[in-house]
Amino acid sequence: MIIIGEKLSVIAKRVRLAMEARDKGPIQEIAERQFREGAAIIDANIGPAEDGGEDLMQWMVTTIQEKVHAPVCLDTTNVAALEAGLKVHNNQWGKALLNSTSNDPERFPVLELAAKYNCDVIGLTVGKGGLPADAEERAGIAAEIMARAMEYGVPLESIYLDPLVLQIATTQDQAVKVIETIRMFQDLNDPPMKTVVGLSNISNGCPKALRPILNKYYFLMLAEAGLTAAIADAAEMAEAMHEKALIDEVMAGKTLDDPKKMAEIVKTIDVIMNKTLYAHSYLEM
Amino acid sequence: MAYTIPVENMSGKVQEMTLGTAGRAVAVGGGTTLPFHTFEGVKSHRPVIAIEIQDVPPADWPDEVRAQYDAVSGDAVTWAKHCQDTLKADAIALRLTGTHPDRENRSVEDAVATIKAVLDAIEVPLIILGSNHVEKDSKVLVAAAEAASGRNCVIGKAQEANYKTIVAAALAHNHKLIAMSELDINLAKQLNILITQMGFDTARVLTDPMCSALGYGLEYTYSVMERIRLAALAQNDATMQPPIIGDVGMYVWKIKEVSAAEADVPAWGALAERGVAWESVTATALSMAGANMLIMRHPKAVDAVRKTLDELC
Repeated sequence: MIIIGEKLSVIAKRVRLAMEARDKGPIQEIAERQFREGAAIIDANIGPAEDGGEDLMQWMVTTIQEKVHAPVCLDTTNVAALEAGLKVHNNQWGKALLNSTSNDPERFPVLELAAKYNCDVIGLTVGKGGLPADAEERAGIAAEIMARAMEYGVPLESIYLDPLVLQIATTQDQAVKVIETIRMFQDLNDPPMKTVVGLSNISNGCPKALRPILNKYYFLMLAEAGLTAAIADAAEMAEAMHEKALIDEVMAGKTLDDPKKMAEIVKTIDVIMNKTLYAHSYLEM
Repeated sequence: MAYTIPVENMSGKVQEMTLGTAGRAVAVGGGTTLPFHTFEGVKSHRPVIAIEIQDVPPADWPDEVRAQYDAVSGDAVTWAKHCQDTLKADAIALRLTGTHPDRENRSVEDAVATIKAVLDAIEVPLIILGSNHVEKDSKVLVAAAEAASGRNCVIGKAQEANYKTIVAAALAHNHKLIAMSELDINLAKQLNILITQMGFDTARVLTDPMCSALGYGLEYTYSVMERIRLAALAQNDATMQPPIIGDVGMYVWKIKEVSAAEADVPAWGALAERGVAWESVTATALSMAGANMLIMRHPKAVDAVRKTLDELC
């Protein structure tokens, strides 16, 4: 499993301020911490970055790679900023990853960049319209993205298909559909297509104490389905791997010595599998 | 080969509860099947229709429904007796609209006096509704619960922002409680959990997932009610097993279709029929979705829904 460290995001206030001030300290500290925790790729999410995006992305890539010897995931809707980042990306530790192309014509130029710079690219399986309803719809969009990638000269090994994880608090039935989608995506090609998720969105809108619990068990269930990579909190995912044995025991029908942990695992899996209706206090029931 | 009707076996049951006292008490809920699926198990009690009255004359109601009560609505007691004795209401829903600070801003004491007088005059169960002003309701409904002590009323609506005081009052005076959330099944469940965590038994809760009129989001209410019922029955989720209440009248009698003049929109048909049809269709649809109790306004709409229920139950 490849962990793409999610913490360098413009949404986090500390990161945003450091980006604005071009203050390398916090950026490098967060990048190094994620690398130590097990992130193999560092996400650099600069948001839409309509003004000065090119300069900002170049600064982020060089600032991160000055300290961390790993590839960077260039995360913005600004195509010019993506290209600027690719120009300075040091490929000796691996290819850059572009986040992302999709079935929306505005995102097609990202494939051109992937071909031109021989890098990897995330294919988000959404179109211009609404959100995909189920696994079949996502697989249909994935097939279109794959066909277009071949037209643009991007090899299928360079594509990471992203089914788009939605919030469990508002669209609970989608959680299990995304797990199904991860299985279905792999069948779209031989060798199997690579897959990726923006994991933490599953728990967006949930109480703070609940978020790591949902993130961790969802991650393990996606891993079981064959997920290749996750944009996630590297520390949380390290904990998840540590707890995997416990989940396996519960799934095999065994009873854990710790009744609280046992209840947490059973209830969380039931909520993710859409067998119990989600509520913020589901663990207390 | 003979055709066999496929039967879905549900593991859960809608809570059964009794409202009111003595000879005029009514039973609500109790089924093990989706609404009117009588071939699949025990059906719920026939949906209860409560007719709505107010503590102040309904000056804000459109003419078509206001005029139905002109002779009686000057006084809540006369109005309540008319609904019970003449319209044969299963229950009365007294909305304390006049306590809203932007309306008459009636005091807690005034509201208590109205409740006591109405309770003295009727035998059918009483539903006591606040004015939907979060702060005022938490004062008015606490006093209302005390004033109605011993009558096994329904008090509402408890919402996320004010449920604690209202739950405590309903608990202390042994009433049923309406828990209201805004068209979000996960928040409906969450509120029921929070209420239970205060020591209030879910067996005394009615869920109001928020109503909407035909053409104004009815499909959202329908879908939330339907999913609540499926969680209650198919997933045996105790937090989703309370009976569902549909507060139909107030949502229907504020849309333009029930008051636009025939001269302005001739294609819409007779004004006298429009509102009645609108309220009937909305209420009937929600009974299909799972509502166990309906709060309604127009006597003709009540009659129309009764007739449909006669055939379905």
